[in-house]
Amino acid sequence: MATLKESLALKSALLSVLLLAVFLGLWQLAAQPAASGGTIVDPEYAKLVGQAAATGSKTPMPTPADIGVALWKHLSDPFYVRGTNDKGIGIQLAWSIGRVLAGYLLAAAVAIPLGFLIGMSPLVYRALDPFIQVLKPVSPLAWMPLALYTIKDSQISSIFVIFICSIWPMLINTAFGVASVRREWLNVARTLEVGPFRKAFRVILPAAAPTIMTGMRISIGIAWLVIVAAEMLVGGTGIGYFVWNEWNNLSIANIVSAILLIGLVGLVLDQMLARIARLVTYPE
Amino acid sequence: MERAMISVEGLARRFGDHGQPAVFEDVWFGVEKGEFVCLIGHSGCGKTTILNVLAGLDRPSGGTVIVDNREIDGPSLDRAVIFQSHALLPWLSVLGNIAFAVSSRWPRWPRAKVREHALRFIELVGLKGAADKRPAELSGGMKQRVGIARALSIEPKMLLMDEPFSALDALTRGMLQDEVLRICAETQQTVFMITHDVDEAILLADRIVLMTNGPGACIAEFVVNTMPRAERQRNGLHRHPQYYAIRNHLVEFLVNRSRAFDREIAEHGYDSRRPRTVRPGLAAINPAAEVVPLRHAN
Repeated sequence: MATLKESLALKSALLSVLLLAVFLGLWQLAAQPAASGGTIVDPEYAKLVGQAAATGSKTPMPTPADIGVALWKHLSDPFYVRGTNDKGIGIQLAWSIGRVLAGYLLAAAVAIPLGFLIGMSPLVYRALDPFIQVLKPVSPLAWMPLALYTIKDSQISSIFVIFICSIWPMLINTAFGVASVRREWLNVARTLEVGPFRKAFRVILPAAAPTIMTGMRISIGIAWLVIVAAEMLVGGTGIGYFVWNEWNNLSIANIVSAILLIGLVGLVLDQMLARIARLVTYPE
Repeated sequence: MERAMISVEGLARRFGDHGQPAVFEDVWFGVEKGEFVCLIGHSGCGKTTILNVLAGLDRPSGGTVIVDNREIDGPSLDRAVIFQSHALLPWLSVLGNIAFAVSSRWPRWPRAKVREHALRFIELVGLKGAADKRPAELSGGMKQRVGIARALSIEPKMLLMDEPFSALDALTRGMLQDEVLRICAETQQTVFMITHDVDEAILLADRIVLMTNGPGACIAEFVVNTMPRAERQRNGLHRHPQYYAIRNHLVEFLVNRSRAFDREIAEHGYDSRRPRTVRPGLAAINPAAEVVPLRHAN
């Protein structure tokens, strides 16, 4: 059985590498610089749009090798600061992660206790359900103008947007997890005359923990998706701003590097929560 | 009249609206201190509901339960429940499950004392090597042992068991029945147990409460198990002279009388407060006993 599993892992890894190689090869071919037409351009225009785009001697689409070079450049010096619009990608990512964590932890601090209350009381559950149902599908970015208007601080506004988008999965999952704790476990607590706090922390919380963790994992994923868009809007710092700034610079290589790093950070965040989730999961 | 340790007085339970017929009504019986009482009846007669009311997990629609001369009002650590589904907390180890009960009983005990006390009961049910296992790693019989250890560990005044062995295979069930018999003899425990297994009732119970079919179920009669505790052994039970008389009486009730008890009431009359007490085992060894006027319980 183990050998079968191992061989499957090996085969799938080989297939992944193969797919990647094919993809990169096709990309390399497609992005080959076209033969230079030698068009003459106005030097003023060239200055404005960048030499490469103006002459058309080279497509702005970079080859995988260009990406590699760009990525290496970013990773070898991630924390430099050369002015407001030129900071290392590590600093940008750190800003984004910081905002995500701030908004996410605030949301958890609100959603888990509130979800607990909602889950414990069918009355509150029903009373709050219409609000949750209406607010949940709202795109978090729709809150941005309202946040900017009321908070008047773009930093805090982006944290608020993360807060509002990550609160719903945690709230709903906590309420659901708490409401569906098995009756027999509650009966055990009742026959043992367990007090309300002890019951909440020793019975309901561990029983609902896997469901709560699922909500937390969904939330961190959404938060990381939303931060890029939010930072594109508010500007200043962060990986979303970096992507938008590089778009203005027409540096596709930098954008692709950023995309790769965004994906990697998202993966790490998700895996961290998956690991915590595994700790609180219990087999029945 | 001196009240029994557990005294069920005029208990009734309706589900839903008031117009609905009661699942059971006008149920009266008592359990003496140190007595092992089994309640037998078909499913749907409200056996589990009666147990839940005794445990304080359910409220009756009418009547009361008086324990130690006090009307019960919710669950209590004095009445430990062994659940049919064992109801272990799956995120805790065997030791954790029992320690949770122990520290609920004695919140001021230091950790080491709780642990030591819990381990003592794990040993009592023969699970010494499995203390650190999670419930998911245990077999059904072992899980129920943990349930029994948890109930006993809080040193309750009485045990309430809701068909504790019905989910187990016959072999495991037999072993656990022996164990319960031994433990109850050692600890002089007062036990009220629900079952639908006639042999289990004869093996374990000092007195068997027969319940008619629902809706409107009531107590038909009490069957005293006249086989002394010392003579009740699983392997030799069927050779005991009284065994078949008692067994036939119980089976006859379950098969025929339980659904037509109304007719018996019409013919012989019925006092719900004092259902008659019978001793079919004595009739088997001494037929003359049958003509002795039936005495009431208590």
